[in-house]
Amino acid sequence: MSDVVLSVQGLETAFSTRAGTFKAVDGVSFDVGRGEIVGLVGESGSGKSVTGYSILGLVEPPGRIVGGRVELDGENLLALAPEKMRRMRGARVAMVFQDPMMTLNPVLRIGTQMIAAVRAHDPVSKADARTRARDALGIVGIPSPEERLDAYPHQLSGGMRQRVAIATALLHRPAVIIADEPTTALDVSIQGQILAEVRRLADETGTAFVWITHDLAVVSSLADKVCVMYAGRIVERGPADDVIASPRHPYTAGLLASVPSLHEPGAPLPQVPGSAPPPLQRPEGCAFRPRCARASEACLADPPLATFDDARRAALCHHPIEPDAWTSFSTSTASRNAS
Amino acid sequence: MIGFLIQRLIQAIAVVFVMSLIVFVGVYAIGNPIDVLIDPAADQALREALIRQYGFDQPLPVQYVTFLGNMLTGDFGESFVYRLPVLDLILSRLPATLELALSAMLIATLVGIPLGIWAGYKPDSLSAKLIMGFSVLGFSVPTFWVGLLLIMVFAVELGWLPSGGRGPTQEVMGVDVSILTGEGLSHILLPAFNLALFKLGLLIRLARAGMVEVMSSDFVRFARAQGLPERQVVSLHVLKNIAIPIVTVFGLEFGSTLAFAVVTETIFNWPGMGKLIIDSIMLLDRPVMVAYLILVVILFVTINLVVDLTYGQLDPRIRTKGAA
Repeated sequence: MSDVVLSVQGLETAFSTRAGTFKAVDGVSFDVGRGEIVGLVGESGSGKSVTGYSILGLVEPPGRIVGGRVELDGENLLALAPEKMRRMRGARVAMVFQDPMMTLNPVLRIGTQMIAAVRAHDPVSKADARTRARDALGIVGIPSPEERLDAYPHQLSGGMRQRVAIATALLHRPAVIIADEPTTALDVSIQGQILAEVRRLADETGTAFVWITHDLAVVSSLADKVCVMYAGRIVERGPADDVIASPRHPYTAGLLASVPSLHEPGAPLPQVPGSAPPPLQRPEGCAFRPRCARASEACLADPPLATFDDARRAALCHHPIEPDAWTSFSTSTASRNAS
Repeated sequence: MIGFLIQRLIQAIAVVFVMSLIVFVGVYAIGNPIDVLIDPAADQALREALIRQYGFDQPLPVQYVTFLGNMLTGDFGESFVYRLPVLDLILSRLPATLELALSAMLIATLVGIPLGIWAGYKPDSLSAKLIMGFSVLGFSVPTFWVGLLLIMVFAVELGWLPSGGRGPTQEVMGVDVSILTGEGLSHILLPAFNLALFKLGLLIRLARAGMVEVMSSDFVRFARAQGLPERQVVSLHVLKNIAIPIVTVFGLEFGSTLAFAVVTETIFNWPGMGKLIIDSIMLLDRPVMVAYLILVVILFVTINLVVDLTYGQLDPRIRTKGAA
């Protein structure tokens, strides 16, 4: 886990609208190690998907990357010419999207789409490309892959389609796959299968995943590390188990408190009061201040990055939560560790 | 597939049958053709004889059944004006119209779809805005006016191209064709462009609309995330998806061009079916009118059938529904 394959440093992506310019991603930094799964968690509009698109250079106008570096094995992707970046996409860094119903072209056979993906980077014959596509389908656990190649997307279930998408992303054995809520649209049981498959793939192939999700339960069962995003910034990061066991940022704590499964049945569910600020009306200083019970005068200034546990963890907060102050979930945490 | 075809065939026959009834009754209501056929000075006996010869003394249902019976054997009767079998008359004009319509569709497709795709690919560029402006002109400026203007500029002022007629034709497999010679080509250029203009505007807008929609879809994003070159993203993932509305409109337009190229054919003095039908309406040449309209119905039904079959080729989801 030590060698870093993907290093995002101070990434800033701005959107220019008629009402003004705002940074959907505002100085995001994180590292991904080989074969590591990093969960990128946040509410809608927190900038987690735009972070994913920025890494691949797929931000569409009016969006624009205005600052920072995205290093893949030490090479800054943001400095690459468009054609060079295209050669990176799919080959070294790939992406899987949220809705498996929409990510495959409905009028083309699975095989046609996968063969095109193979040949986009390797000038092999169609027959060879087909063999590789078939093998990739086998790797993600699709039964009788040869026949699936001749199927159209509508002939497959949602879970199967997402497996096809993941297989397509895996075709060139990329160093990193960005997965943008790939299990959100699926049944919970199918979601569990896919998560187990992804965990196995990361361990076996050494491909790292950046798993974008709003679902903390997914992160807790899948990710090695977690980054929590709020209003374009990473407000907390650290090893997934540690962050979930004892969050340091009040926002993370609020998110964890509102996960239903961690509570007594029938008890009212705690919520994070208010809602995320619209991007053009983010408060000065800490963007979470208006919703935060711990906010003070100090929070009017930009929050400092507080680090803990030998810098393995960090929280962007003036008043991070002390570890022993977080006890309310001790029982549920214990049960999770036991299982 | 076979079931689908049979079903469509039965529908087609029903449509042709109903249409024949409407056309026949409609034309019957227009008036008595005998007044046109006969010299006003002819005496009553000759008049009576002629009426009996054409069966105009029979009640309408009897006339219709006789007509239907003849039609089923391929006999649409004889033109009152030309004294020729109607079917032969129409078929002799068909190649000229077919040639003109195909040329027009070819121009509209080969120019319109690429322009529309470009305008949809870069919707904010200056070139896209120019293309869209041109497309508005294309389908809003009246055909006859553009036709006259084309003649004015290219035939009268510049003298580059002939102002009308079909020019010399060559026979290819029993059909007269004029586009094979340079001179024939120079004759067809103006009318074909004139006829193409409206379709050109339409196809540009359709291709652009489809392009804008499909380019923002998730599967295009996914294809880009796989590192496919832009050219392949468009040619492989986009074209087939924007084809269905284009094929639909192409079919309808092709049919209506074949059937109603009247204005252009008149302006450019093109010896096609359009002129024939206008002449036959003027002279109340009933057999020609009826046969022509029925031919048009058959044409539309056939084209729509081909379009429906093409859908299945373009979109597998339609194919499965058809089979089930």
